[in-house]
Amino acid sequence: MTDPLLSVSDLRTYFHDGGVVARAVDGVSFDVAAGETVAVVGESGSGKSVTALSILRLIRPPGRIETASSIKFQGRELLQLSDGEMRTIRGNRIAMIFQEPMSALNPVLTVGEQIAEVVRVHTDASRHDAWERAVEMLALTGISAPRERASEYPHQLSGGMRQRVMIAMALVLKPALLIADEPTTALDVTIQAQILELLQRLQEQLGMAVLLITHDLGVVAEVADRVVVMYGGEVVERATVTELFEAPQHPYTEGLMSAMPRLDRDTERLVTIPGVVPPSTAWPSGCRFRDRCSYAWDRCATEHPPLYSVGNEHESRCHLAVEPLRRSESHTPSTVRVGAGS
Amino acid sequence: MVRHAGIASGVIAVIVVVALLAPWVAPYDPIAQPDIIGLKNLAPSFSHPFGTDSFSRDVLSRCIYGARISLSVAALATAIAITLGTLYGAIAGYVGGAVDAVLMRIVDAALSIPRVLLLIAILALWNGLPLWLLIVVLGATGWFGLSRMVRAQVLSMRELDFVAAARALGASGPRILFRHILPNVLPTIIVAATLGVGHVIILEAGLSYLGLGVQPPSASWGSIIQDGADQIGAAWWISLFPGLLIVTTAIACNALGDALRAAFDPRETAVTMAELDS
Repeated sequence: MTDPLLSVSDLRTYFHDGGVVARAVDGVSFDVAAGETVAVVGESGSGKSVTALSILRLIRPPGRIETASSIKFQGRELLQLSDGEMRTIRGNRIAMIFQEPMSALNPVLTVGEQIAEVVRVHTDASRHDAWERAVEMLALTGISAPRERASEYPHQLSGGMRQRVMIAMALVLKPALLIADEPTTALDVTIQAQILELLQRLQEQLGMAVLLITHDLGVVAEVADRVVVMYGGEVVERATVTELFEAPQHPYTEGLMSAMPRLDRDTERLVTIPGVVPPSTAWPSGCRFRDRCSYAWDRCATEHPPLYSVGNEHESRCHLAVEPLRRSESHTPSTVRVGAGS
Repeated sequence: MVRHAGIASGVIAVIVVVALLAPWVAPYDPIAQPDIIGLKNLAPSFSHPFGTDSFSRDVLSRCIYGARISLSVAALATAIAITLGTLYGAIAGYVGGAVDAVLMRIVDAALSIPRVLLLIAILALWNGLPLWLLIVVLGATGWFGLSRMVRAQVLSMRELDFVAAARALGASGPRILFRHILPNVLPTIIVAATLGVGHVIILEAGLSYLGLGVQPPSASWGSIIQDGADQIGAAWWISLFPGLLIVTTAIACNALGDALRAAFDPRETAVTMAELDS
């Protein structure tokens, strides 16, 4: 296999507050190859957003990327670049879009100005050329009458259009990698589908890779090539998307799957994973998921599981990989049943 | 509220236009002393609507030319104060941490000294201050409050999503501050400037009245009041008319500033904002 576009290895991002250390991202490794879509999945507090911000080195004190971490992008070690060099990468080679298209746009600048600004920060294009590229990019994101829209302010646009503007800002310089942090969460369902479709189309046209941060397995199934499941600041399972949906190995992934409504099964109730993610200042000893796991046994409390290989390009951080017979011994505190309500 | 703003800006506009057109509008030369005995201390009449002073000069003409001094001192001093306060507050708020703490303690210390007292001390030490220096001193003592407001707003905006987004797309620190954050602080700055002009007009008048402000032969409204102060019983018109002009201008500036503040305040109705836009 050729060198991946992005290679994150042993990434540790800790937040130091007084004597307390919050280990938000704790030894995360994964690769993204050129042109592919990798989804990072996990619930709130799993460390997925901090991972995304770490790649762009946007962690602000008291947060810190610890020294042994490595983030290689196109063969360069990002963690060794100067702040100035890092700025030439942001928005240019690696771009990011955010969850809230309303608050992520500046209310006092027209959307055209905001897109053109990215061009002007990174290239020596003239004001006029930058504006033309902004209009072109808006057209590419499927906004009708892009020239008129470019002169409008964010509050004049709908939520879906604002997210298109965000995408135009991120992609105007044709980055090699797009980090999308929950790009569709704030949008309603029909718009979600349109935005995902748009992202996929632009990904093909521009040949870029996408690192998709999400908690929505439905989105993952639709667009991802490979999936990284995060829990407690760690990668707990890594697989291709088909492998993951057909044969999830980690109990946490299983839990996520059964918490997802499905059309092909006749279930009245959705299953939830009991409990919440423990605080990152005090991960449990051994396996970090054991408090909420229906299979946990004594080994899980004493021995921190490594990422076991459980198939072709499939790894799971669970002792079940070496003691598969335990899988039949499901017990309480097992999954708690709640109404499917909404 | 909006109607008040209309009247206030109308009043300000008339005064500014008259001041600009002073050579064409003023009926007499403001410093000519045509007949120091015969035309001295004339009461208001058709030929001298504001009367004449003890040197037989026409008070109306002096007020019109005085408006140029009063208004330009106020506008320039406020411009200096706004620039200093915005930069200082923006840096404190954006950099944060120890820099912010030190800068803001300095402002706290400066705010603990009454401005008038500080000005009197400075100006009394400096006998016969040239006009430009008076403007600088007025400006340099008028930015402390604004810097705190700007700092508070920048501090809260620093964490907003669009700032994070700009940073994620490669914008540098100064670019984020000047292009993304400060334009969002502009309403505060505009309101502070409007109120500041009214305040400086009164301040300068007070200082000139005390003989510490504008020095002869230049005359501001404050120094015209001073001209008539020792004969207020016999020739009240010399002090009354410039006094009325000061009060009118200051009230107009305050009314406009309040109206703008109300219009920019998100808690006010959107209608006000829309009306201001049009």
